[in-house]
Amino acid sequence: MLIKRPDDIRPSEITPPAVYAERRRFLQLSGAGAAALALGGPGALFAAPAGLPGPIAPSPLSTLEEPTPRKDVVSYNNYYEFGTDKRDPARNAHALKTRPWTVTVDGLVGKPRTFDIDEILKLAPLEERIYRLRCVEAWSMVVPWVGFPLAALLKQVDPLGSAKYVEFTTLYDPSVMSRLPVLDWPYKEGLRLDEAMHPLTLMAVGLYGDVLPNQNGAPVRLVVPWKYGFKSAKSIVRIRLTDTQPNTAWNDAGPSEYGFYSNVNPDVDHPRWSQAKERRIGEFLKRKTLPFNGYADQVAGLYAGMDLRAQF
Amino acid sequence: MTTTALNRPAMNVRNLTAPQISTLKALLFLLCLMPAGLLVKGFFDDALGANPIEAITHATGEWTLRFLLITLAVTPLRKLTHWHWLIRLRRMLGLFTFFYALLHFLTYVVLDQFFDGAAIVLDVLKRPYITVGFSAFVLLIPLAVTSTNAMVRRLGGRRWQALHRSVYGIAILGVMHYWWLVKSDLTQPILYGLVLAALLGFRVWWRNEERKAQLAGKFAMEGPPGVKINQRIIPIKSQTP
Repeated sequence: MLIKRPDDIRPSEITPPAVYAERRRFLQLSGAGAAALALGGPGALFAAPAGLPGPIAPSPLSTLEEPTPRKDVVSYNNYYEFGTDKRDPARNAHALKTRPWTVTVDGLVGKPRTFDIDEILKLAPLEERIYRLRCVEAWSMVVPWVGFPLAALLKQVDPLGSAKYVEFTTLYDPSVMSRLPVLDWPYKEGLRLDEAMHPLTLMAVGLYGDVLPNQNGAPVRLVVPWKYGFKSAKSIVRIRLTDTQPNTAWNDAGPSEYGFYSNVNPDVDHPRWSQAKERRIGEFLKRKTLPFNGYADQVAGLYAGMDLRAQF
Repeated sequence: MTTTALNRPAMNVRNLTAPQISTLKALLFLLCLMPAGLLVKGFFDDALGANPIEAITHATGEWTLRFLLITLAVTPLRKLTHWHWLIRLRRMLGLFTFFYALLHFLTYVVLDQFFDGAAIVLDVLKRPYITVGFSAFVLLIPLAVTSTNAMVRRLGGRRWQALHRSVYGIAILGVMHYWWLVKSDLTQPILYGLVLAALLGFRVWWRNEERKAQLAGKFAMEGPPGVKINQRIIPIKSQTP
């Protein structure tokens, strides 16, 4: 009889993270996926895991740094709707129902539309993007996300010329989430349209080659790697284009502490703690925080002429 | 002989014998060490999560506050239950408060900042929650140093007590330290604050009760209080135009 491999084995369980990281490095050094594919090398494109359609291509935008172990990425989370201790989301987020799920994209767009999550998964070719993640609490990780540029989604709805900002609304389901008024639920975030259209800005649907775990913001979240982590809204249900700067959850909660832009900036401290250094999860000594989290070459141009101390 | 067991007096919770108190102190000592022991074990078992330094910082800080509140609970508990031996445990609890505060401080200096003197000085000067926490720690030092019997004698009971009353202020600083560092969920600092308010409130209430009792005692010695009060009220009334 045929012995079928169970389909619940994650690639990350088959491949040790060190080997996995090494493989990524090889791919990047060898001139990205196409070359590796031509050579027929292993792991050139991942086989589609259960829940994520199509192959996952490596991206030249990935960092070559060592990814943080998966166990840490899925157990150390800020997802306040599931509790404010960083272990809470991993304990509580199993209650989140990620199907059925829709994302409504409306506001100042030519073709407003409600996407089903399965449409979103197939909206654009999936890529693996290994990004640094810098939390406003002065710790950081390196996370291998799977997703596609947000720009690909926004292009489908034809943003109007008058659209200047993008507002993201995340799920608030009090039947499975915290009822404490810790923040003004539902959690909202926002970007300027040019930030949203930047090639680094990602709609993530996966992590470590597989479906996004609930505690990491399933089924679809934003990842903006040059901003503090809270800007990267999780479990998104609505994207609205506007002509005015949208209100955002943390900015509403503490306007002097969390600015609308919240670009990673070692020179602008949080009023209550320094942002000059960060602790990379898994490391002992703190490392220096880089302007724009190390993505200055790609994104500093977006802020030319702005006083980043005033517009933090 | 055979009747020894029967002759032994039943344990009286109000009045423990010296050996009973010694046993209790030994057990309490081990119990107070447990949170630190569990942290050490967790560290070596890699069971403190993704950010062990943060976990140790938070745990030692929370245990400092807990021990401080437990120490402050001794007097109210003693007054309400008349278990006067509780006072014999207070010094140990106070010293464990200092022990966890010291661990918390060392965790910050060694594990978190790794002796980065400049960063530490900036933190203490610029970050109110660190200023307050550091002050609370520094203020605990004289209390720990003067905790011995010899020091109580040297200072004299009254002065010693006046010095050690600063622990009320230190406790308030401790709760403020916690309050100012959380990002938005104040549940925990509020809980610690409420317990502290209850413990300090008890002292105010108890002092008022004692004052009332004293006044009542005075009246009892001077005769029926009703008469005295009337006699005092009449002249005051007659003065009003």
